[in-house]
Amino acid sequence: MDAAMNLPILAALPPNASGAAPFPPVKMSVRDLDFFYGEFQALKKINLDIPERRVTAFIGPSGCGKSTLLRTFNRMFELYPEQRAEGSILLDGEDLLTAKQDVALIRARIGMVFQKPTPFPMSIFDNVAFGVRLFESLSTIEMEERVEWALSKAALWDEVKDKLSQGGASLSGGQQQRLCIARGIAIRPELLLLDEPCSALDPISTARIEELIAELKKDYTLIIVTHNMQQAARVSDYTAYMYLGELIEFGETEQMFLKPARRETEDYITGRFG
Amino acid sequence: MSFLPDARAARFARRKFINRAAIAASLAAMLFGVFWLAWILWETLSIGLASMSAAMFTENMPPPNEPVGTGGLANAMMGSLLMVALATFVGAPVGILSGVYLAEYDPRGRLSVTVRFVNDLLLSAPSIIVGLFVYALLVVRFREFSGWAGALALALIVIPIVVRTTENMLSLVPVELREAAYALGTPKWKVIARITLRSARAGVLTGVLLAVARIAGETAPLLFTALNNQFWKASLSGPLANLPVTILQFAMSPYENWRQLAWGGVFLITLAVLGLNVLARLLSRKK
Repeated sequence: MDAAMNLPILAALPPNASGAAPFPPVKMSVRDLDFFYGEFQALKKINLDIPERRVTAFIGPSGCGKSTLLRTFNRMFELYPEQRAEGSILLDGEDLLTAKQDVALIRARIGMVFQKPTPFPMSIFDNVAFGVRLFESLSTIEMEERVEWALSKAALWDEVKDKLSQGGASLSGGQQQRLCIARGIAIRPELLLLDEPCSALDPISTARIEELIAELKKDYTLIIVTHNMQQAARVSDYTAYMYLGELIEFGETEQMFLKPARRETEDYITGRFG
Repeated sequence: MSFLPDARAARFARRKFINRAAIAASLAAMLFGVFWLAWILWETLSIGLASMSAAMFTENMPPPNEPVGTGGLANAMMGSLLMVALATFVGAPVGILSGVYLAEYDPRGRLSVTVRFVNDLLLSAPSIIVGLFVYALLVVRFREFSGWAGALALALIVIPIVVRTTENMLSLVPVELREAAYALGTPKWKVIARITLRSARAGVLTGVLLAVARIAGETAPLLFTALNNQFWKASLSGPLANLPVTILQFAMSPYENWRQLAWGGVFLITLAVLGLNVLARLLSRKK
């Protein structure tokens, strides 16, 4: 039998995968980023370019720093005085870490969805409108349109359109998570950070969120942290593998999963890790 | 137990015996406590109910030795209501704001640690000390017992309770919820007012209700501050009638009509405290 017949997937790859497609425009660049929890250094000299309107996945074993890295992008770590970041994170060329502008304005450009659904203690409508009201003063009709738009984008509108005044906590877990995504995109951020958004959800809800991610990347730059390698393979265009606070490898997802350049990456992806 | 080897069967029988003994002991302890509680409630409610009449709510305290059943506690209820209301309106906001500072602004700072320690001291301080403090602070200075002094003493009891419950309830709010609010670019004061306080609302309100229930029956802080008054008055200046001190005076008196009224007062306070506790329970369950 022909050798190539045994490797149909590899055969489908471009002949020279390393120099394949040109890298899309860069939305965010991380340069020499170090991060500390008190004395402990959790990130070491991270250098990374996040492509615009693509999904970038961060994978790696627990404690490798992928969530930590994500939380530097909207300066979430600043809520905790013992945490600090050094280096630079450029969003469209402007350094987020030294930016003079208020951190609230940065966070308005970079939305975030968390591991556990976090509906606010208010109605479904107000959950989505909450962030919008912080930065824009819309008329009642404009606000209704915006809420409907965000909920439709998050594939939740049909399920909640008749009960917008009910509390956000009355929804199921998967619906709550889509509500949080709607809340995140309602303020029209440029970047959406997803920190293990499906780890608390059942497979059906997970599938819906993954479809949603594929839909959202038409308009947004997305970064997803996930423990689930199949998920990374399914939803992302680029993948970064991290281990012990270092970025081991970064590249196109297809290439990372089929022909990783580094031995460590291959061991992790194939489950031979440790 | 034939399928068990003998040694195992013996251990199992022993374990079952110890289990039964422990259950019996805890049941007995529970019954012991409930017995006295039920007795107190029964006495209070049955004798108190017997002394209830319309006059209780419409007439003021009678002179001693009048026929039983004449006179009421209208002035004492009014006085108690005034002082408890003022103490709550002053004490609850101060307590809630302090609790917010402790939980949200500087949970591990030196000021917070000190405040928390002092607050715990206040929480367990005998209430008569609070009464004496206000006596020295206001009554001695102005040479007059007054409802103002009584309300202040009660407020000083409300504050530590509300501080404690507010801080505890706020620290139960998940970190993720706060982070989610900050992640939208929400300013800190808005995160606290709209998200954390709101999701801890039931707990915070419960704390306030329990504080109200507590001061509704406090006697010691009023002895040196509001004192008592036999006449109707709807202002806080000067000595002010109130239920707890009236109960103390009337119950210890040799006059039958006064003792009947004391039982009526006990009945009213018990019902009020019971109602507040049930309300607090309902509020926290709704959450």
